[in-house]
Amino acid sequence: MSEADKPAAAGNLDSAPDSSAGAPAPRAAKGGSGKKPPLSEARRRENRRRFIRSALLATGVVGFSLLAYVPVVSAKGRRLRPPGALEEADFLASCIKCGQCVQVCPVEAIKLGDLVDGFGIGAPHIDAREQACDFSCDAVQCVLACPTGALVYSDKREPFLKMRDGVKLPDKPILKAKEKDADPRLEIRERIGVARLARPDACLAVQGKGLKGVARDGDFDGRMRYMDVDRWKPIRIQDHPYDLELCDLCVRECPIKDAIKLEPLTEGGGKRMVPKVLEGCVGCGVCEMICPVDAAAIVVDAQAEWKKS
Amino acid sequence: MKGRLLDQIMIMLGREPRKPETFTESAARIHLYKKTNKVDFEALKEHARAHRARVNSWRNRRWVVLILANLLFVFSFWLDIQILEGALTASRFVGFHMIDLNSALQVMLAHKHIIVNLLIGTVTIFILWMLLGGRTFCSWLCPYHLVAEWAESLHLRLVERKIVTDHIFHRGTRTVFWVLFSVLTFVTGYTVFETISPTGILSRALIYGPGLALGWIALLLLFEIFYSRRAWCRYVCPIGLTYGAVGILSPVRVLYRLEQCFHEGDCRKVCLVPHVLDVVIKGRSPDAEVPIGPDCTRCGLCVDTCPSGALTFNIKGLSKLL
Repeated sequence: MSEADKPAAAGNLDSAPDSSAGAPAPRAAKGGSGKKPPLSEARRRENRRRFIRSALLATGVVGFSLLAYVPVVSAKGRRLRPPGALEEADFLASCIKCGQCVQVCPVEAIKLGDLVDGFGIGAPHIDAREQACDFSCDAVQCVLACPTGALVYSDKREPFLKMRDGVKLPDKPILKAKEKDADPRLEIRERIGVARLARPDACLAVQGKGLKGVARDGDFDGRMRYMDVDRWKPIRIQDHPYDLELCDLCVRECPIKDAIKLEPLTEGGGKRMVPKVLEGCVGCGVCEMICPVDAAAIVVDAQAEWKKS
Repeated sequence: MKGRLLDQIMIMLGREPRKPETFTESAARIHLYKKTNKVDFEALKEHARAHRARVNSWRNRRWVVLILANLLFVFSFWLDIQILEGALTASRFVGFHMIDLNSALQVMLAHKHIIVNLLIGTVTIFILWMLLGGRTFCSWLCPYHLVAEWAESLHLRLVERKIVTDHIFHRGTRTVFWVLFSVLTFVTGYTVFETISPTGILSRALIYGPGLALGWIALLLLFEIFYSRRAWCRYVCPIGLTYGAVGILSPVRVLYRLEQCFHEGDCRKVCLVPHVLDVVIKGRSPDAEVPIGPDCTRCGLCVDTCPSGALTFNIKGLSKLL
């Protein structure tokens, strides 16, 4: 079919249909109008402008989305992820940002990232001082809820996924609350952080001080499960006052067996003790939440590795 | 017919619609009739215009569905009724995985690994939207679509008062975005698009509470009100293109009937994607009945607007079956 045989050009809206379709179409049949008419100068200018506008739009939107790199590469922004989280890069790649983990957490420990988290927007994290994960769900519900395996049980973890040495726990951690159950272990073998006595001078145990009253004052809203109160119903920490000769809350309330202990302070003698974090520490952050001094004497370093000292 | 589908796909990717080269016999007859009986045709047109009642029934139905679906997400969490848990990116409907196709694609590109759960949820959603019409997701479910629709009416009012003008972009930009975001996601290993996706941001804001990210939504809406009509949905959003591709063979579509059309163009004025309605221009319809292309969001605004019933919702094969 030669150029001239083609029916009327686009843009000629009123022209009749092709003659081959059975109806007479005088203008099209005569041919000659097959070639596209050259664009007018104004039209060409508008096309050029539209192209530049489109290129700017693409650059702008993609540029903005890449700004999200900034918080990710700055080491300051390390977030405490929920238990069973993959290593940060894999975690952010595989998390689909749906928040199903948020919905199942009985103590509402999990929050989602915002614009300031860059690529971590919509990805879950835990602010331990506000509300730590105390494993009061027993089965690590957030891992069960995760549809993409960004949070995953250790035995379901794909072998190709990297894991730094100091992240692997020596064994599956034993949950104190489940100690009398048939299998008291949690199905995870990776820590999400490591606790560290950041301000030993402020620690009540180090000072030899006790604690009478609530652990956290003001309008603190954090909750925790107390086995002697109700295994399945976490209560507000405010509703659970203490009367202790020597403060040992970080050890007493740690949900994991053999993760932290109190050691006597050799020098000075007397009843002064110091909390010592053990290799079993999962990094759940309960010690940071329960620490009665402000700011907390013991903190969790998110995504930190265990270093044998 | 095959050629036409390919044509519609190319138009979805960004090509300008063209006048068809061939017409079916019935289409040619109707075109010719309209041309040669101008007086009758005008009289019919006037009659239709006089009896025309402005209806919003499809729009209202759609808004109700969109709002209820999003509220179901919200209440599943707030009231703990657990019917639809998660957000639009991924959820469980009474326990069954439902995964947004574009989000799943991004996660797999970033993670470079196929996740079984993800695949199951994706297949469910793929079948659902393939049956319901692909971009039906956009207009019947996406919360950004709704707020953008409201921003659009503001924009149109400003345009009418000549306070702002609409700046159009090349529609192919969206295809470029789709490719760019896929490549970026694969290269960086981060779900780049998710960071700025107003669909995900709004869905999460509704369910889990507002955040700074809503500032980005506000910025987008301002851009659409003052600079370019429906810019995000028309020229940027890769989700729309993904679902558009899913809906290529969908049986649920809007059907155009040339015979009933007066070529007044009201439908194209209300349409989010007016290039799919190119066939309604006088002399452009290659057939007496043309299903509207895959880029159509099945929003029903044209069906509501059409004074003569030339555009209707239609399910392929259903009329034959009945």
